[in-house]
Amino acid sequence: MADTTAHAAPVEHTSTGLPSTKLAMWLFLASECLLFGALITTYVLYRGASTTGPYPHEIFDIRYTSVSSFVLLASSLTMVLALTAAEQRDFARMRLWLVATAMLGLTFVGGQVYEFTSFYHEGLTIKSNLFGTTFYVLTGFHGVHVTVGILMLLSLVGMSWAGRLPDDQAFPVEMVGLYWHFVDIVWIVIFTVVYLIPQPKPAG
Amino acid sequence: MATAATVPARTGIIRRPTEVTGWWSWFTTVDHKKIGLLYGFSAFAFFLIGGVEALLIRSQLAKPDNTLLNADQYNQIFTMHGITMIFLFVMPMSAAFFNYLIPLMIGARDVAFPRLNAFSFWVFILGGLFLYSSWFLGGAPNGGWFGYPPNSTTDPSIGMTFYALGLVITGIASSAGAINLAVTVVNMRAPGMTLFRMPVFVWMGLTVQFLLVFALPIITVALFEMLFDRRWGTHFFDPTAGGQPLLWQNLFWLFGHPEVYILILPAFGIISEILPVFSRKPLFGYQFVVFSGIAIGFIGFGVWAHHMFAVGLGPVANTAFGITTAIIAVPTGIKIFNWMGTMYKGDIHFDSPMLFAVGAVAMFVIGGLSGVTHAVVPSDYQQTDTYYIVAHFHYVLFGGAVFGLFGAMYYWWPKAFARQLNELWGKVQFWILLVGFNLTFGPMHILGLGGMIRREYTYPASLGLTFWNQVSTVGAFLIALSTLVFILNAAATQRKPKGLANEDPWDARTLEWSTPCPPPIYNFEEIPVVHSIDEFWHRKYVEDKEGRLVRVPAGASDHPADGHEEGHVIHLPSPSFWPLVAAVGLPVMAYGVLYSWWLVGAGALVTVVGFMGWAMEPPVAE
Repeated sequence: MADTTAHAAPVEHTSTGLPSTKLAMWLFLASECLLFGALITTYVLYRGASTTGPYPHEIFDIRYTSVSSFVLLASSLTMVLALTAAEQRDFARMRLWLVATAMLGLTFVGGQVYEFTSFYHEGLTIKSNLFGTTFYVLTGFHGVHVTVGILMLLSLVGMSWAGRLPDDQAFPVEMVGLYWHFVDIVWIVIFTVVYLIPQPKPAG
Repeated sequence: MATAATVPARTGIIRRPTEVTGWWSWFTTVDHKKIGLLYGFSAFAFFLIGGVEALLIRSQLAKPDNTLLNADQYNQIFTMHGITMIFLFVMPMSAAFFNYLIPLMIGARDVAFPRLNAFSFWVFILGGLFLYSSWFLGGAPNGGWFGYPPNSTTDPSIGMTFYALGLVITGIASSAGAINLAVTVVNMRAPGMTLFRMPVFVWMGLTVQFLLVFALPIITVALFEMLFDRRWGTHFFDPTAGGQPLLWQNLFWLFGHPEVYILILPAFGIISEILPVFSRKPLFGYQFVVFSGIAIGFIGFGVWAHHMFAVGLGPVANTAFGITTAIIAVPTGIKIFNWMGTMYKGDIHFDSPMLFAVGAVAMFVIGGLSGVTHAVVPSDYQQTDTYYIVAHFHYVLFGGAVFGLFGAMYYWWPKAFARQLNELWGKVQFWILLVGFNLTFGPMHILGLGGMIRREYTYPASLGLTFWNQVSTVGAFLIALSTLVFILNAAATQRKPKGLANEDPWDARTLEWSTPCPPPIYNFEEIPVVHSIDEFWHRKYVEDKEGRLVRVPAGASDHPADGHEEGHVIHLPSPSFWPLVAAVGLPVMAYGVLYSWWLVGAGALVTVVGFMGWAMEPPVAE
């Protein structure tokens, strides 16, 4: 979505004085809050409701996921560094940090693919029980959001390289950054709810 | 002086379209007025299709033990009737008026994101066609527009998969459109057009866009969960694995009740524009009308479980939601009283738009009163899933929204087409519609209280329901006749030469009438400077020393001192085909979910290419 806004430089006069693209991005993210809100609610509602295994405590590797979560959170730092570089009009450094952000995101998504694969081999599929259903759909939706973010970051790098960004390159970087930070923050909630809060042991 | 910058520029593979006239321009347009008309024509086409479905339903129910339709066909037809009228008619028809009028009413040259606007339209129409393609690909959705599982998740036919995918697509269209229009209202207002100088129609538009932004993601999640259950064997709504069908009901109505206000608030805005013009008085209690609209929007998120009183939520939940439901009637009542106050002692002119507006208020009040009887839980136990409910929601949504939308068509037709619909035929249509509507839905109160169950494809003669069903069927065909009158009126009007004797035929109050009919592509040569509510009225009339209204001589009302943009070339967004390309990918992906992963990949590629092309081209061709 932010791709489509790359050229809307905040020069036009607006009623609020804020660029329209920024308002639209915040409204989009507000809408996304409801999307993840409904998904997380579904997960929480079905915690401990599975009638067969595998159960979360048998399958989670908290240490592994903590590391990949750290990688994703670190990408928020590199995103900020990219924006700072863009504001200082150091576009080479900006592209470097954008690539770094995308690579950290890619590491996270790769880690998720590996995690899904190993869970699958341990017998947890999207069909096996309610835990599998809610786990894969919630974290999968988040993974798709990270992937879209990576596409947007790499598009920014390519367009900056080709000189297709407006003169004020910091603005599109800021917009993609808003989306990226949002996706990171959502992961903090998902990681806490899904992995960290202990799940009730199945009855019997 | 005002020219669109239309120098072709190569952006990628194909030359950028620059034509703003001709048939191809309709596919590449980013002009909010053209997109509004596209929305309007498409929505009206779906209204006719949904109407034919309604006639089939009424024909089937015209006599007991009828065999015109079998149970399966009946299920598909009533489901598609609901989906069509809600998602493919009232919502896009409202979007048509918002698109066309909001920029004109707030003194803007276009919406905030013109290409996103085109994208919204193309996604909507392709989503609608996707839904309707189900008829030819194994059967239409058959589980009701509410799609309750486990019926909808275990049904072996393909229809409800089309339902889940199709509504996700139209939801994407509505979300994108909502963000666009909300930002337009917040950020694109002309100088002096403060929030509390905006026409009420714009206020209701803003409220509806916020409802869409917050309600649609909830149903999107529910639809994805249904899709996963149906397509990939997950257990979201599968009781045998511990899943709860009730979760769907909560998610669905948490969207579904705000949706009701998404459907009716546009009509409230239309009524609030038409009544003052034809009563020749300002709207009574402008702030009350605006704030009660906003209050309806907020409270609308807190009443959803009144759709679920009979499922066994327990007395505490039922009581709480019964109370909130009674509370939401208060702001609605405030609006009704303000509209009556507007007409009180007014110089009322019963032209066609006024007839439809007053008709909408009257019919909505009937539906509102039966709605209050559902708020009483024990009473609702008797009424739920009977024709009494069908009567109720058709009185509010047909009586309120559709009457309002017809009023809007008569009122703004001269604005869009520079021709006026025939007044006599307008009145004929109104009276046939009013009689037909009440004959169709009035008897359903009696049928429902007499025990006739919703969604049953037939009934035995021994139940004694035959007479009122026949009355209802006659009424439905009268509604069809009134629609035919409208179509003939519109066709005859459009054959007349373009041009109005008076570009302000209703002596209106709001800024859209300060532009020529139809407005030029740039809307305003000079962006207007706004000094008050009903700005256009105050440019036309002043009070003399005795407090009487005096018309300002033509031409003297311009404010030449207001901030002119001297010698300024108006830069309009250039046409683009990328929104259409990006939109085409979505139904392709949806067909892929049904048939092949390769198609999903192809669709995703098309959409990504569309967005990339979009991002690479500047808004204005250089």
